[in-house]
Amino acid sequence: MDKMPKWADVILIPLISVLLALIVSGLVVLIIGENPIEAMQIMVRGAFGSAYGWGYTLYYATNFIFTGLAVAVAFHARLFNIGGEGQAALGGLGVAIVLLSFGWPHWTIALLAAILGAALFGAAWAAVPAYLQAKRGSHIVITTIMFNFIASALLVYLLVNVFRVPGSMAPESARFAEAVHLPSAAEFAGFLGFGGSTPLNFAFFVALVCCVLVWILIWRTRLGYEIRAFGHSETAAVYAGINPTRIIMITMLISGGLSGMMAINVVMGEAERLVLDFTEGAGFVGIAVALMGRSHPVGVVLAALLFGALYQGGAELQFEMPAVSREMIVVIQALVIMFTGALDNMVRMPMEKIFLSIRRSRESGSQSPAE
Amino acid sequence: MTDAAAIELRGISKAFGPVQANKDISMSVKRGTIHGIVGENGAGKSTLMSILYGFYKADRGEIFINGQKTEIPDSQAAIRAGIGMVHQHFKLVENFTVVENVILGAEDGAMLNPSIAKARRTLKELSEEYGLKVDPDAIIEDLSVGHQQRVEILKQLYRHADILILDEPTGVLTPAEADQLFRILERLREEGKTIVLITHKLREIMEITDTVSVMRRGEMTNTVATASTSPAELAEMMVGRKVLLRVEKSPAKPGDVMLKVDDLRVVRDGVERLKGVSLHVRAGEILGIAGVAGNGQTELLEVLGGMIPATGGTVTVRNEQIDVSGKHSNGQTRRARGIGHVPEDRQDEGLIMPFEAWENTAFGYHKDPKYNHGMLMDNAAIKADCADKMERYDVRPPNPRLPARNFSGGNQQKIVVAREMDRAPDILLVGQPTRGVDIGAIEFIHKEILRLRDEGKAILLVSVELDEIMGLSDRIAVMFDGKIMGERLPSETNENELGLLMAGVTETRVGGAA
Repeated sequence: MDKMPKWADVILIPLISVLLALIVSGLVVLIIGENPIEAMQIMVRGAFGSAYGWGYTLYYATNFIFTGLAVAVAFHARLFNIGGEGQAALGGLGVAIVLLSFGWPHWTIALLAAILGAALFGAAWAAVPAYLQAKRGSHIVITTIMFNFIASALLVYLLVNVFRVPGSMAPESARFAEAVHLPSAAEFAGFLGFGGSTPLNFAFFVALVCCVLVWILIWRTRLGYEIRAFGHSETAAVYAGINPTRIIMITMLISGGLSGMMAINVVMGEAERLVLDFTEGAGFVGIAVALMGRSHPVGVVLAALLFGALYQGGAELQFEMPAVSREMIVVIQALVIMFTGALDNMVRMPMEKIFLSIRRSRESGSQSPAE
Repeated sequence: MTDAAAIELRGISKAFGPVQANKDISMSVKRGTIHGIVGENGAGKSTLMSILYGFYKADRGEIFINGQKTEIPDSQAAIRAGIGMVHQHFKLVENFTVVENVILGAEDGAMLNPSIAKARRTLKELSEEYGLKVDPDAIIEDLSVGHQQRVEILKQLYRHADILILDEPTGVLTPAEADQLFRILERLREEGKTIVLITHKLREIMEITDTVSVMRRGEMTNTVATASTSPAELAEMMVGRKVLLRVEKSPAKPGDVMLKVDDLRVVRDGVERLKGVSLHVRAGEILGIAGVAGNGQTELLEVLGGMIPATGGTVTVRNEQIDVSGKHSNGQTRRARGIGHVPEDRQDEGLIMPFEAWENTAFGYHKDPKYNHGMLMDNAAIKADCADKMERYDVRPPNPRLPARNFSGGNQQKIVVAREMDRAPDILLVGQPTRGVDIGAIEFIHKEILRLRDEGKAILLVSVELDEIMGLSDRIAVMFDGKIMGERLPSETNENELGLLMAGVTETRVGGAA
C-alpha cells in the first residue's frame, strides 16, 4: 500500500508547505513592523484583484511554465538541470537571430520559426553539459550552473558588440519588425479587461500546448517510458536495452529546448527586442515549480501560477508598503521555494505518519476490538 | 542461574505502518545452544533480531537476557548486554587491517597504539581459544569472504559477546567455508556461547542447530528440537502447506546447439572478470552454472544479455555469430534474437520498482508492435496483457495497477518470469531465479523453467544455491575466478566435488574421470 492517498501527496502537502511559508513570511513582515494580514491582502489583490494584475501574474506564470517543464522533463530522467537561466538566455539569442535576420511576412510564421530558434539554441546550450554527463560523468548540476555564467557573459558580449544599435548606449538589440508582433492579451482578450500595458501575450498558449505535449511525451510515448525507466534505475534501463547516453542527450535537449522557449514570452512577446538579463531568475524558479508540481504538467501549471502571483503580488506589495523593500519580496519568494522544494520532507514525513495512524486506527476499529 | 535462558522474549510485537512485522512473539533460547530461526522472506525474522539488537524498538513485549529484564534501546545497549550480531553484509572497513577493524568503536583512548597492542594480545587469545585463525595485520580487502566473516565474529567476541546472532551467514560462502564456519560455531557452543542462526537453508538448520523456531507472517508458529523434525516438516511449517522441495523432472532430450560461447572475456573497472569462458547450451537442456557469488557469473549473464560489452571472444546463436562488443550489442538486439533474460537482481535490473505492474510487463519489450499504436504506447493493450499474465502465472494480488515494489519478492519474480518466459524465447538466461523468493513460488518457478526446457528451449541457469543447480540442471559447469573449472553431470557428482571446484581446486581425488 502507498503511504498516503494521492490527493494528499499532490494537493495537501504543497498547500501546507505554502501555508507554512506564508506564516513565516508573515512573521518577517511583523518583525519589520507592518501588518502581515494587510500585506497578504495587498499581495492577493495585486496578483488576482484586477485584469491588470492577472495580466502580469499570467505573464510571469508563462515563463515559469516553460522553465518548470524543462526541469520536470529532466527530473523524470533523474537529471537535475539547473541551467534553465543559461538555456533561456540562449533561447533569447535564437529568437533574436531568427526575427532580425528575415523580413517575416506574418507573426504566425515568425512565431513558428522563433520557437524553432529558441528551442534549438536552448537545446544546444544544454547539449554540452549533457554530453559531458553521458560520456565523461561530469555532474550535470555543476556543468549546467557553470553554463549559466558563460551564457550570461556571452549575451553581454553579443549585446554590446554585435546586436547593439549603432549610436545607442543601451546594451540591447534593435526592435523587431512590427509584422512579428505577437498578439497581446489586450488584442486577443481585451473583452476581459486586459489593457494595452499588459505583458501577457500569445506565448501563454504556446506554454499550455507545451504542457500537453510534455504530458504525452512522458506518459504516452516509448521515449517517455524509457526516460522514466532510466530515471528510476539506470541498471534496469541497461538491462532492457535502453541506451543511457541516448536518453541523457535527448532528455537534456528537450529540457534545454523548453527553457529556451521561455524567450518566446519575454523576448518576442513582451520586450520585442533582445535585452540584458531578461530571464530574471525564471530558470531557477523553474526548479521550485517542478519540485512543487511533482514534475507533472498540471502541477507545473498550478505551481507556475502561484509563483507568478508571488512575483506580481510582491511587486504590488513593494509599491504599496514602502517598508517592505524589494529584498523583502525576494525573502518571501525564497521562503516559498524553500518550504515547497527543499523542506518538502519536513511536511511529508509527519503527514505520512498521520495518514498511517489514521488508517491503522480505522483498520483495528473495523476488525475485532483488539486488546 | 544456570537454568535461566540466555535469551527470552515475551510477547514481542512490532508494526511498520499497516504491516504487522512481529506479532506477539515469545521465544526462549537456552544458554550454550545453537538456535535456528527459519521463515520465508518477510516472515519477520530480521525484524525480530533487529529488535533484539536495538535497531528497532518493539511496540510491546519484554526482553530477558540471562534472566534479567533488559531494555535494548540501541546497539550500544545490546553490546553491553553481551549480544553481538554478524550481519549478512559485513560492516568492515575494507582498507583497514583486521586489528583496526576489531577495535573500531571500542578504542580505549585518544591514542591508538595502546588499544592496538591490547587488541593484538586479546585477538591472539581469542583465535586460539575458538580456532578462529586470522592474521591481525592483514588488510580486510585482501581476505577471502570466509575470513572476513571470522573477523566479524572476532569483533563481537572482542566486545565480550556471549550471544551471537548470525544473519544468513552462509549466503556468500563456499560449501567448504560454510563447513568451517559450522565448526567454529560448534566450538563457540562448547565454550558456552549462545548462538542464534537466521537462515532460509533448511539443510543448515538440520546440520548445526539444537532447536529451531519457525516464523510465518510475523508469528512464531513452532519451536521444536531439531532432532525431532525433518526438512519437509519445517518447509511445511514455513509455508503452511505441503511443498515439493525437489521438482520432478524427466530426462532431457538435448537437440541442436543453440548457444555457443568461445573464449569470452570481460574486463570491468580494470579487472578481468571473465578469463576466457567457453560453453554451449543445447535446445531442450538446462546448463547450470554453479559457483560462489562474484566469480564471474554475473558478468557472464550480463554479457550474454547485452548489458555490458565483451572485451574478447565470440558468442554464437544458432550458428550465427552475434555482436557482443560493438554498437549493436544491447538488450534490445538480444531480445530480437530470441534471448530471454531473467536477471539476477529483479529489484535493480528486472523491474522498475515504482512502475506499476503493467508498465513492467512491457519492460524491455516496449517496442513490440503489439504494445504500440503508431507513435504512442498502447497502454490498454499492455494492461490487458499484464492481467492475462498475472492470472496464468499466479501473481498475487492480480492487480496490474499496483506498483512493483508493493508485491512480495516471490510475486515480483513471477512478474519477471512471466514477461521473459511467456514469449517462449529460444534461449533463456536465468540468474538466481529464486533468491529471496518464498518456497511456494520457488516450486512454481522451477516448474516453469522445466516446462520451457521440455518445450525444447535452451536454458542457461546461474545460481549460488547448489541445491537449485543440482535439482534443475542437466549439466553443471562450475565457475571460479572468471573461468569454468569443469563440467559435471548431476548424476555423477556430489556437493563435495562441486564445492571443491567452486573453491578452485581442480584435481579431483574422488574418481576423477579423465
